[in-house]
Amino acid sequence: MTNPLESIWGTIISGVILTAILYWAALALLH
Amino acid sequence: MDYVPALARWVHLLAGVMWIGLLYYFNFVQVPALKAAAADGTGAGITKHIAPRALLYFRWSAVVTWLAGAALLGNQFVNAFTFQKGMGAIGIGAWLGTIMLFNVWALIWPNQQKILGMKPATDEEKAKARRVALLASRTNMMLSIPLLFFMAGGWSHRGTFGL
Repeated sequence: MTNPLESIWGTIISGVILTAILYWAALALLH
Repeated sequence: MDYVPALARWVHLLAGVMWIGLLYYFNFVQVPALKAAAADGTGAGITKHIAPRALLYFRWSAVVTWLAGAALLGNQFVNAFTFQKGMGAIGIGAWLGTIMLFNVWALIWPNQQKILGMKPATDEEKAKARRVALLASRTNMMLSIPLLFFMAGGWSHRGTFGL
């Protein structure tokens, strides 16, 4: 599997996935 | 002293736009441009005149952004970084921004100095520096996506996302 950071789109998609993960983490921290 | 957080927020946004704007410039414009320029040998102008100036504003706007953010947090600084109640979202944003500042000064800038010939480096060291600088820059671009989600919290985030 190639590193997603090799391409711009891989980087953007990784950022969106990371946002979703951290969002759930933030909800867990808040409640 | 209410003007301190108000001014800090303004400066944080101004410097942040410059920092992330230049980060996107590097990733969306300069990296592909240099790749295309390598094919016909026209990249010298970019590396000589553009990249050093872009990096100057990039690394210092990162510092100003972080300092203004710290001033904006004020006495909530430690509470944000330790995710105290109600500070979870901004705490994540603060950590992401701090990691990105570290990447700028510890990984991107020292390696760019080798790439641009500001520091002596062999061809092999330059090739390695290119790889590290690119991946650090891409990492920061990836982190900027959740960073802006958590930093831009407001009524819409509270209403829609429960943050």
